[in-house]
Amino acid sequence: MKTYDAIVVGAGHNGLTNAAYLAKSGLNVLCLEKNDYIGGATVSRNLYKDWFYSNCSYVCSLLRPEIFRDLDLARHGLQVTPYGGGTVFMQNGDYLGNYPNAEVHYREYARFSKSDADAYERYSADTMRQCRFIRDFLLRTPPDPTSFRPKDLKELAHLGSKFFEMGEQRMYDTIRFWTMSVAEYLDEYFETDVIKAALSGSGIIGTALGIHSPGTAYVLLHHYMGDVDGNMGAWGYARGGMGSVAKAINSAFLSYGGELRTDAGVEQITVRNNKVTGVALTSGEEIKAPIVVSAMDVKRTFLKCMDKNDLDDDFYRRVKNFKIRGSSGKLNIALDGMPTFPALPKGSPLLDGDMHFIDSMERMERAYDDWKEGTWSKDPYVDMVIPTVCDPTMAPPGKHFMSCFVQYCPAQIEGRDWTDEERDQFGKTVIDQISEYSPDFKDLILHCEVRTPREIENEAGLTEGNIFHGELTMDQLMFNRPIPGYAQYRGPVGGLYMCGSSNHPGGGVMAAPGCNAAREILFDLRRPDITPVNFGDD
Amino acid sequence: MTVQEVEQGRYRSPFYPRQAELDRLFQWHDWKGYATADGFYETDLEYFAIRNSTGVFDLTPMTKYRITGPDSFVFVDRLVTRDMSKIKPGRVAYAVWCDDEGQVIDDGTIFHLKDGEYRLCSQERHMAWLNMSSIGLDVTVVDETADVCGLAVQGPTSFSILKKMGLDGIENLRPFGLTHFEFQGAELMVSRTGFTGDLGYELWVSNEKAIDLWDALFAAGQNYGIMAIGTDALEHSRLEAGLIAAYIDFLPANATVRSGRSRSPLELGLEWLVDFKKPNFNGRCALAQEKRRGSTWRLVKLDIEGNKPAHHSYIYSNPRKKKEIGFITSAAWSPVCKQNIALGTVRVPHGAVGEKLLVEIYYQREMHWSRVMAEATVVDKPFWDPPRKRATPPGPF
Repeated sequence: MKTYDAIVVGAGHNGLTNAAYLAKSGLNVLCLEKNDYIGGATVSRNLYKDWFYSNCSYVCSLLRPEIFRDLDLARHGLQVTPYGGGTVFMQNGDYLGNYPNAEVHYREYARFSKSDADAYERYSADTMRQCRFIRDFLLRTPPDPTSFRPKDLKELAHLGSKFFEMGEQRMYDTIRFWTMSVAEYLDEYFETDVIKAALSGSGIIGTALGIHSPGTAYVLLHHYMGDVDGNMGAWGYARGGMGSVAKAINSAFLSYGGELRTDAGVEQITVRNNKVTGVALTSGEEIKAPIVVSAMDVKRTFLKCMDKNDLDDDFYRRVKNFKIRGSSGKLNIALDGMPTFPALPKGSPLLDGDMHFIDSMERMERAYDDWKEGTWSKDPYVDMVIPTVCDPTMAPPGKHFMSCFVQYCPAQIEGRDWTDEERDQFGKTVIDQISEYSPDFKDLILHCEVRTPREIENEAGLTEGNIFHGELTMDQLMFNRPIPGYAQYRGPVGGLYMCGSSNHPGGGVMAAPGCNAAREILFDLRRPDITPVNFGDD
Repeated sequence: MTVQEVEQGRYRSPFYPRQAELDRLFQWHDWKGYATADGFYETDLEYFAIRNSTGVFDLTPMTKYRITGPDSFVFVDRLVTRDMSKIKPGRVAYAVWCDDEGQVIDDGTIFHLKDGEYRLCSQERHMAWLNMSSIGLDVTVVDETADVCGLAVQGPTSFSILKKMGLDGIENLRPFGLTHFEFQGAELMVSRTGFTGDLGYELWVSNEKAIDLWDALFAAGQNYGIMAIGTDALEHSRLEAGLIAAYIDFLPANATVRSGRSRSPLELGLEWLVDFKKPNFNGRCALAQEKRRGSTWRLVKLDIEGNKPAHHSYIYSNPRKKKEIGFITSAAWSPVCKQNIALGTVRVPHGAVGEKLLVEIYYQREMHWSRVMAEATVVDKPFWDPPRKRATPPGPF
């Protein structure tokens, strides 16, 4: 029977990144995927005629440019194209545009408030300052603050020096920023409701918190800290859909001699004498390896794919209590043509950006109220994009693919499982909301895939359909992610590692957890560190 | 005799009315007397149109000479360093021409339109040189810059757009091929050429058909992401293609003042364009001598670590870095290659493919300057070289 140096469980972008670095280092690596396609939630799926849906993740910004370059993903076929801006449609028939050109952006904000238009400059600088701070840690292993090992002390000193570098007032600001709500943060700069509503969306996407919940300012940062070719905060489309990201990383992995198996779901990670021995597949087959790396979320890894008796009780309890709450759903729609949005001027470049339909902070919070009640938002926050406006490869010419990310959408309805009728009702809620701003939209729908957390968990394997593999709150970030004492990608039994987004620096198509975990594995194997370092001040 | 006043404003290309409708930036510069847009809306998006869908660039200011007459072949073959007998009618050649000392005067494209009829396109103007070269030959050189307008249609969907426009047979056009179509009663010349290193075409038509051509092209491109682009986006893509530009990566020999500031084709990495087997061409003796004795300079393509573009950087040999061996002429971060790329000039024997050099990069962040010494690897292939550039017939995107 063939044996391997390492088995990576899950061929999402993090699993593949981890596998690629291990294979590049010369290890004999097997990557296993339960589905018959790769990518996990970084996928392009052909579910209707000639349409390719980015049916989970749909835009790209966080993917570490250092990894993009180091794994030569461009040569492996990945191209990320920035998109133009964004729009919030308002109930009074007006709209708020977000333009890439700074002066046009100023003019648009000034239409509502000159003060807000001016404040945007300071808001951007303050937010970018936090981005610069966090970006430095994305490709580093979080230090253990309780440890006296030289490696941890060095990392702690680095963290401290970066913090002190900010200066006295900004250190206070930073601590406030990391703990405050996005609504409070925006209140410090802006007076116009629709502007605050537009900016607050980034504070709640993917999280089961409302705009007034503490910690949501950080979630906003998580959506701003990426870049497209150095334009910090910019987002782009992967040409061919998000599956192109996984495809390119997989192509790099295979080029280093790695082996991929699809249709190979892992039933259990096998352990003997506190050390992993390999994995048992759902088919009954067993594969041996001294190292097993789980790219699954922490709950799925330990609660579903391991024997509880192989784990200590308190560890098990902490995993059970890890917050990974379902809060979002997704509609993927094939369109027979470009829907019109009468509020926008003809030929507006804003059609090439993201669109939203909530124009007040009140409505943002109401949407969260529904989630707390145990149901989907009746007036949801929708982050809608039509990538085919600029990507010619995802739908036939003149036809379009529309991606609607929807918040909020609970993992269960009032404590019980979703029914298919409820799923369809959820889809209808979203379609109705968009139709209010686009009269011809409904008639253009050729096919619609509606995904609640139930579908996302069943297909992509994300517990409760949580897109980040766990909430991005202070208690679950840095050295506390996923749980205290286990933030350095090592599991509780020998040879077991974790490389999914449950680990630092968290969710999004970033590939950093996969890369960071590879660095720690290579360290333990006393092999040279081949993972890339941060590009530095940019 | 009446004196005609010289027009002192910038010329407008026949496409200007359509470009003006799309222009949101009002950023124009001068290109050989013509107003040429830096960009129309957002350079990033225009650049990505070239790489992701289709960008349309106005080529009208490009200098164009029509070369006809019984000796036209002899003339062009003697003018340029490459063997023009291989360039049959319906083919296009990239070429350089040199002064007597084998120093490059300019580079350009020569279109073999019909048997014995050529069009030479270049960035710079060369009537004096061409007239001098033609002495003793039965050849006519006419400047048709102001009579013919052109559009570069570049990007992965460019083939689909031209097909949709009704150009039947365009699928058979190979790279560096040209063909003629009938367009609304006029002749439309289409060549599979460009300055972007991607799938792309150049469309040439007489001025009076300019607006009709633009409208037909943009109507056909509506569902294929067609976008007007300016010089900034084009400049970015030509560097990714590893193509050199006059006054940036080399100086036209006729315009240099200081000795040693001009370059030979051998020094520009264009040895493949120099054919010592053909009877004679201008600068042959000097180039043969340079080939025997060795060149002074070498143009290199560099893949530089990190993400800070190496604008105007000095190049040092690694690892001694005592004395600079050259400098960067073009540099950029490449969004499609995800590489920090540059063209530079180094002293021979430096610059062999695979050699690791050091570049000294200065960059500014919020007023303060910083410096990094970054490792740079000499590469030989163009940075961006997608298979679709060569595919015949090309794919839909």
